[in-house]
Amino acid sequence: MIAFLIKRLFHAFLVMFVISVISFAIQDNLGDPIQQMVGQSVPESERAELREELGLNDPFFVQYLRFAKNAAQFDFGYSYIFNEPTTQVIMRHLPATLELVAATTFLIVLLSVPIGVYSAIKPRAWLSRAFMGVSIVGISIPVFLTAIVLIQLFAIGVDFTPFPADTAWGAWLNDLLSTDGGMPAYGRGNPVHVFGTWDTNFSSLEGLTYLVLPAISLASIMLPLFIRLIRAEMLEVLQSEYVKFARAKGISLRRIYFVHALKNTMLPVITVGGVQIGTLVAYTILTETVFQWPGMGLMFLDAIERSDIPLIVTYLMIVGLIFVITNTLVDLIYGLVNPTVKLTGKPA
Amino acid sequence: MIFRKTLLATVIGATAVGAALLPATASAENTLRMAYDADPVSLDIHEQLSGATLQLSHMTFDPLVRWTQDLEFEPRLATSWEQVDDTTMRMTLREGVTFHSGNPFTADDVVFTVERLKESSDFKAIFAPIDSVTAIDDTTVEFTTSKPYPLLLNLATYIFPLDSQFYSGTDEDGDPKDEIVKNGNSYASRHISGTGPFEVTNRQQGVRTDFERYDDYWDTDSPGNVDKVVLTPIGENATRVAALLSGDVNFIAPVPPNDLDRIRDDEDVQLVTMSGTRIITFQMDQNRVEAFKDPRVRQAFAYAINQEGIADRLMKGFATPAAQLSPAGYAGHNDELSPRYDVEKAKELMAEAGYEDGFSITMMAPNNRYVNDAKIAQAVAAMLARINVTVDLKTLPKAQYWGEFDDRAADMMMIGWHADTEDSANFYQYLTECPDPDTGAGQYNAGNYCNPEIDALVAEANVEVDLEKRAEMLQAVEKALYDDAAFIPLHWQDLAWASAQNVDIEPVVNVMNFPYIGDLVIEE
Repeated sequence: MIAFLIKRLFHAFLVMFVISVISFAIQDNLGDPIQQMVGQSVPESERAELREELGLNDPFFVQYLRFAKNAAQFDFGYSYIFNEPTTQVIMRHLPATLELVAATTFLIVLLSVPIGVYSAIKPRAWLSRAFMGVSIVGISIPVFLTAIVLIQLFAIGVDFTPFPADTAWGAWLNDLLSTDGGMPAYGRGNPVHVFGTWDTNFSSLEGLTYLVLPAISLASIMLPLFIRLIRAEMLEVLQSEYVKFARAKGISLRRIYFVHALKNTMLPVITVGGVQIGTLVAYTILTETVFQWPGMGLMFLDAIERSDIPLIVTYLMIVGLIFVITNTLVDLIYGLVNPTVKLTGKPA
Repeated sequence: MIFRKTLLATVIGATAVGAALLPATASAENTLRMAYDADPVSLDIHEQLSGATLQLSHMTFDPLVRWTQDLEFEPRLATSWEQVDDTTMRMTLREGVTFHSGNPFTADDVVFTVERLKESSDFKAIFAPIDSVTAIDDTTVEFTTSKPYPLLLNLATYIFPLDSQFYSGTDEDGDPKDEIVKNGNSYASRHISGTGPFEVTNRQQGVRTDFERYDDYWDTDSPGNVDKVVLTPIGENATRVAALLSGDVNFIAPVPPNDLDRIRDDEDVQLVTMSGTRIITFQMDQNRVEAFKDPRVRQAFAYAINQEGIADRLMKGFATPAAQLSPAGYAGHNDELSPRYDVEKAKELMAEAGYEDGFSITMMAPNNRYVNDAKIAQAVAAMLARINVTVDLKTLPKAQYWGEFDDRAADMMMIGWHADTEDSANFYQYLTECPDPDTGAGQYNAGNYCNPEIDALVAEANVEVDLEKRAEMLQAVEKALYDDAAFIPLHWQDLAWASAQNVDIEPVVNVMNFPYIGDLVIEE
């Protein structure tokens, strides 16, 4: 176990090293940070001075060595736009993203398991078909569009009047299809301070309303995937010998479905899920942009737009680290769920 | 204190489960919730010269004088001024003004501020004409310029007196408090004390900034009744509009052209538009393309481009077609000049110059800097095809574009320009003067157009203190540039703001795009 963790720690360093080299190598293509830092009428001489001051004129490997030396002491440099250490900037934006991802994960788990299981148990029911149909639509609509539609429907509201409003049924149908809006369209509202850089939206009903729309639109990409995955796995498990045997033995269907079959269904789902949560952190870039959610994704886009190279590099390294950590956790959980899997590869 | 306030606000919010309760608590105070596309990078107003910084300056500070909507000067912290001689101006300062820190405002603060501006890399070029500034007594300052300088009042709109006592001494790290640091932390980038209508109570860069009205604000005649301001940067156009339509914010800027109709149609919100002062142009690089040295070819290009078509169809009327650099209202604006779209004439000129069969050129434009920039470039490329000029167009995000622009990497490049001094001469200095890296003249002249006669006329105008005479000279410059087809002007981008119906933004917005929020009225 300890050997496994050490190996993973080494992995993490390797991943971060490779990412930092790559992001340093492409920094020349990310634009000129000086341009973003000065007004348009600042003369070239001033710019050159600033460029020299920031060490942007040094050759690639000199810049990299300087960065690596500092990074070894956990100093990843100063953000050009925030004027403070990049790690501090990221720590301030991380909680918002993690809360969004947590809310999304909660939604996904809450919905995908029952729906997936139901549509596996009753594959021919019209409800299952409806779920499958909707999930195809969900998977093919870009998250950007989902978000805009959600905002229009639930934050601004729509008046839908295709039916004659002077008849009772027409008015009723119009009412049914129109929405009032009223949900917050952007941002986090006034999150409550917990400790350090962590402000939470989970502590009040008002705070939660801010999470709803972003979480739904973020979930809209992953949810169909999980429903389909769970359904497919469950269908396969239900065909297996031990389920047939359990049935023959007369064990109640409920017990077969929810204890025996579901447990084995979840194994591959956990693996995929772990990796996808990492991806989710990256996917937040789009959702956070549309909802002006003050998390890492929004910060990263800002950093790219303004060529804030230190912040870009640090962000990429931290996302790499998150991937390694989630993968490690997945492997650990996998070991708990399925004891036949050996983490270290040695015989037990 | 700030923390306690946010906590209180959250507790109130949390208990008010029914949304109906929230407006009830809000109506006791007038809160302006506004969303701009960006927020200032720093609380130090001398760190970067940008729209966001100036917007902040007008909320937390007061300038000596400021522009009115029709580009006249309005006294603010300076109550009167007189030209003592050709190079000296004396200003009388307002009495009884205090800073947010409680310190009184005196002439020393003005001296301190101007000296600091001359140190700031972003402002020093603008303030170079000012030789020295001295405090005669507590309420009088004297500016001297090295040469007669007609634009001193224009510069005074940039002088937002800082609290010299507040920014003196050293901070906890031992650094001077008045230090201007571009990249890194400084006292001034985190602390602020001005004389303006609002104090900053809380700031999370990129997330929100909270302002509260300054109790002892000197301008008691101001109709402004906004008690609190919450500024949220919302970069995404669609979200900014949605936030207004849903009532989450009650003032937004800028309004994306694609959403103008949507906002006009909504009866809960109002739209205010104004013809802007930022000119969008294309420059033709004479160092890269031999043909551009021939004025007939440049004129042919100017005749081939349909400015009105672009403004009408591409910009949906959200732009004013241009034939010169200076917008209406500027001293150099020449009423005689109008767009000269005529394809036949363009073809004739090309034939005359010996380029009947055309030639091919490269073109570059940004794709996220100006309104519809990439589409405009495509339209221009298509128009040039009609006079047999083949265009190889490349559009880039602004972060990469300016590097290419500095390298003069294409034969035709797009640039938009807004004169920081609100004066025509600024356009010529940066866009049309013969490029000279030593003096910084023609820094953005990617056409490498050079006409010493015009430059001489501009130089002459710059020391002409008689403003009427000066305007004539500047208008002659515009005419000369037009006749010579030094560049291709396209249009001035319009400006647009939108707000809830009860927020009366029309009297406080202006072409410089720094709304005077201090004078804003929210009706009950």
